[in-house]
Amino acid sequence: MDIFILILLRDLRLSFRRWNELAMPLLFFIIIASLFPLASSPEISQLRDYGGAVIWISALLSSLLALDGLFRVDAQDGSMEQLILSPTPLGVIVLAKIIAHWIVSGVPLVIASPLLALSFYLPLEALPVFILAIALATPILSVLAAIGAALTVSLRGGGALIGLLMLPMMVPVLIFGTWATDAAVQGENPIGALLLLASLAILSISLGPLAAAGAVKVAME
Amino acid sequence: MAFIRHNLVRIVNTISVLNTNFWRWFHQLASPPHVFALAGRVCPWFAGLAIIFLVAGTYGGLVLAPADYLQGDGFRIIYVHVPSAYLGMLAYMVMASSAAIGFIWRMKMAHGLAVSAAPLGAWFTVLALVTGGIWGKPMWGTYWQWADARLMSELMLLFLFLGYMVLRASFDDRDKADRISAILAVVGVINIPIIHYSVEWWSTLHQGPTIAKLDEPSITMDMLIPLLIMIIGFTAFFGWLLCKRLQGEILKRERQTRWVDGLIKGRTA
Amino acid sequence: MFNEAASLKTKSLEVWRGGLCLFEGLDFTLESGQVAIVSGANGCGKTTLLRILSGMNQAAGGYVTWRGEKIHRLNAESQAEIAYQGHLDGLKKEFTVLENLRFYQAMSNQKKPLESLLEELRLGPYQNRQVRYLSAGQRRRAALGCMRVKTAKLWLLDEPLTNLDTKGASLISSWISEHAKSGGIAVVATHQRESLIQTATIEIEL
Repeated sequence: MDIFILILLRDLRLSFRRWNELAMPLLFFIIIASLFPLASSPEISQLRDYGGAVIWISALLSSLLALDGLFRVDAQDGSMEQLILSPTPLGVIVLAKIIAHWIVSGVPLVIASPLLALSFYLPLEALPVFILAIALATPILSVLAAIGAALTVSLRGGGALIGLLMLPMMVPVLIFGTWATDAAVQGENPIGALLLLASLAILSISLGPLAAAGAVKVAME
Repeated sequence: MAFIRHNLVRIVNTISVLNTNFWRWFHQLASPPHVFALAGRVCPWFAGLAIIFLVAGTYGGLVLAPADYLQGDGFRIIYVHVPSAYLGMLAYMVMASSAAIGFIWRMKMAHGLAVSAAPLGAWFTVLALVTGGIWGKPMWGTYWQWADARLMSELMLLFLFLGYMVLRASFDDRDKADRISAILAVVGVINIPIIHYSVEWWSTLHQGPTIAKLDEPSITMDMLIPLLIMIIGFTAFFGWLLCKRLQGEILKRERQTRWVDGLIKGRTA
Repeated sequence: MFNEAASLKTKSLEVWRGGLCLFEGLDFTLESGQVAIVSGANGCGKTTLLRILSGMNQAAGGYVTWRGEKIHRLNAESQAEIAYQGHLDGLKKEFTVLENLRFYQAMSNQKKPLESLLEELRLGPYQNRQVRYLSAGQRRRAALGCMRVKTAKLWLLDEPLTNLDTKGASLISSWISEHAKSGGIAVVATHQRESLIQTATIEIEL
């Protein structure tokens, strides 16, 4: 447990010293979302129709782009070797790293998403459900992207590959997330979709770090 | 009492013999020449089965089965579409389970099997998508219908196959490629049912009453039997191709060994 | 606490790379107080051997044991006894020297004061400087300091003298002798055989 917190704090401190990387996921999120009105039309009725979908897709893409360096930086400076050889199971260390990353990249997303939602004219009543859905979904996205980052840690052009490997696996998050959003916008009951998101979050947090740790170990050989 | 004990001892003995046989068999599966020979021996059986069942199923499906009263002869494409969709799935299962076996017991031959299954599965999935589109034209008036859950999950399955193959190809070191892609295959196999059901829910959510579902026509016995024969035929065909590909993969991996050398010299002599 | 006395054993190790066999049938045993120097030309598998000894890589054949247990299946207690220092420093360049040392100290549950160590490494004046502003030699010294604070029983050092000046080299050589005297074990792969050979009890030439 001590080691878990130690790694968590270390990664948090590191991210705050690299503020440029810290800001990246959030910027991606906002930029991708702001491209859609340009590509389509800025009419209120249309924005309201596809606003939820736009925010969800932006969340998916920005979480993918942000996690590329999660293990690569450690692998390149040699600290990953030290982490692998430490007596603490690597899965625990990986989980701490993912959570640290979620705190600095996922939480800003959760905070920024209602603002974006309002700018797409989503009704105010739908916001609590929407925020909850994003808060449940971002950890799943972080875990999935972390698995992708672990699989490609020893490859030079890892970034694009993560998308190819992991976007199909993010489809359920997209479906349940937009489902919850639509239900909230139309005043229907969103609880089913939220529960599905919550169970996916539990599943991915409990199994994902093991897969990522296994991949990192193999990749570092 | 003595009788029971005697029988118990016999049962235990049989089990332990079976057990040692199993482990001997398991270890033989780790030896490339043995697997190569085994694949060569099984191959003709699969080939024979495939040819017989595919011919019979095609005849049954195109000639013997009656036309559907709603879709006419258009429904007959299910004799290709359903088996290939099923085989895409089966190929992923074969790939993921053998990759997992290879990862856990460090069996190179199991990794070889996983590698051989991947492109086959991808092609069967492509076939399922293409036939689905052709079927869709008379049904929906369009080749591609985004709202159809089955086509969507097959598309996702295709992406998973392609991701697996691209990831493998990105590594120079074969051993590393084997083990990393095995992890991806296992993560994928956990995800496939989740993707499948989520897509299904999504399509029921968005499906208006105007869109006819691409569904099995109210199927009768004389339509179903050719379909089952085709499924068996396709599976045997998959087994046949898989054995051939596995043999090729073994030769590629073992090209520097003496037995492959001997094999080639024996062939040319 | 431990089932067996501290000893590092290899049994008929076999290492392949790119379809070529680098070496096979490598057997040795290191007991408490012994130091092995691994020497050989470039590309003969020194780094691979050390990584196999650490348990990060697996050999194509044979195995490595530490205290009688397979090296890649050690329990936490035995794993904590092993310190590995490879070509890469393992330092976070955004952290100061002190922060890096403290991190590795905390990872292995140590709490000794660090002043004397920093003094020895001649890093005292730089302790609060971020690693990215240090020279290659200073980084190397900081990395070796991080290895030192783990107070491990088994040291696996891959080219520890890279980038070090003569003072630094003699410090490392004295550390290794000291480590051996206090019952530790070390395996050191190096090109600069002459500077470390006086510490060695065994030489492994690949």
